[in-house]
Amino acid sequence: MHTELTISQADRRPMYLQIMEQVRRRVAMGDWLPGQEIPSIRALAASTRVSVITIKRAFLELEREGVVVTRQGRGTFVAENVNLSRTLREQELEDHLTRAAGVGRELGLTSSELEVRLRDVVKQLAVGAPDGGAGEDE
Amino acid sequence: MSTAAIELREVTKQYRFFTLDKVSLRLEKGLVMGLVGPNGAGKTTTMRILMGLVQPDAGEVEVLGCRIPEEQVRAKWDTGYVGDEMRLFSSATLKWHLDFVRSMFPGWDEAYAGTLLKRFHLRPEQRVKGLSRGEEAKALLLLALARKPKLLVLDEPTSGLDPVARQEVISELMEVMQDEERSILFSSHNTYEVERISDRITFIDRGRVIDSDDKEVFLERWRRVSLGVPDGVTLPTLPGVIDVARSGRVAVVTANAFDPALLPAYEAAGATVHDVQRMTLEEIFVANVMSKRKERGE
Repeated sequence: MHTELTISQADRRPMYLQIMEQVRRRVAMGDWLPGQEIPSIRALAASTRVSVITIKRAFLELEREGVVVTRQGRGTFVAENVNLSRTLREQELEDHLTRAAGVGRELGLTSSELEVRLRDVVKQLAVGAPDGGAGEDE
Repeated sequence: MSTAAIELREVTKQYRFFTLDKVSLRLEKGLVMGLVGPNGAGKTTTMRILMGLVQPDAGEVEVLGCRIPEEQVRAKWDTGYVGDEMRLFSSATLKWHLDFVRSMFPGWDEAYAGTLLKRFHLRPEQRVKGLSRGEEAKALLLLALARKPKLLVLDEPTSGLDPVARQEVISELMEVMQDEERSILFSSHNTYEVERISDRITFIDRGRVIDSDDKEVFLERWRRVSLGVPDGVTLPTLPGVIDVARSGRVAVVTANAFDPALLPAYEAAGATVHDVQRMTLEEIFVANVMSKRKERGE
């Protein structure tokens, strides 16, 4: 199993989020299969050269998302019923939102102005697709 | 029996121009603690006290469950220390040093020493006087690591190293942490490095511990909020905010106990929230030192 994750100093997101993203990708791409055991927190900390506490936090959040499961005394595994496409879509959404927020900042928009813009878009989508098909169109 | 790798309680040491003032710290087993502070803050003195090299005037010190200085010999069997004042014998070879340390410590791991020599690109037949500064630093670290100590106390282990050597050293330290019984206390001016590999972080300034917490908690607690403040609007004083820098219609608020409820509170007062940003450890450190100095009227 490929264990080295990478952390970039140029990436402004906190390290635990960078780790979460890479684990989600590995699971979504099928590198890490459902039910497969994931290297221990300490092994991942050593290969990634990042503190144990940061890997722990990333795994705690991934567990909450349902991507991994921890079995007491046995280690951490990729969840059996992990929804791969959903995981990948979640990642995609995160990327789009990050990009949108970045452009918003460049335009000098405040966070509340951005929120209003997002709400407007959601409203428009709801009007255009009353059956709840929102998210299918760009 | 305490389970801490290191425990200091109200440790004080007075010098003519510097006082280490009631320093309390605790490092649990299996964790890395990064010690961050300006030059002359007391990092080296703290480490020297832990190693029994400096006798405190007051307070209690325990290393691996041994009282210091009374039981320092027992503690030192299991502690690897690399201080900034340490030098190897310049006319001797690296092999001579390896043999010397091996003869003293039964826990010496010859195979691991060989691996480290390769990873650090060192040759045993090299004479110390021919080593670069970075090579000597790596050699000192190797001599401490190959003993497989339960605790490593490292005073600026990466200072003076080039980026490649720095990564080699950091990799080895994290390799040590695969064993959950082992712990590391280290100091560094490279705050990115500290932010990356520490589980716990302690800030020291002018002989005092000004903050000590889990790394993730530290990074979650601190935020910088940019506000637009129209003329005539006064910003309310809110809990968790340690600094408000206002210039014209823009204010930058620094919070050390950020709560999302701050944002509606500022907006209710007539300000607009432009941006909420996380802070790097370096930014947190500087803001922390500045606010504590201001608080004490220094």
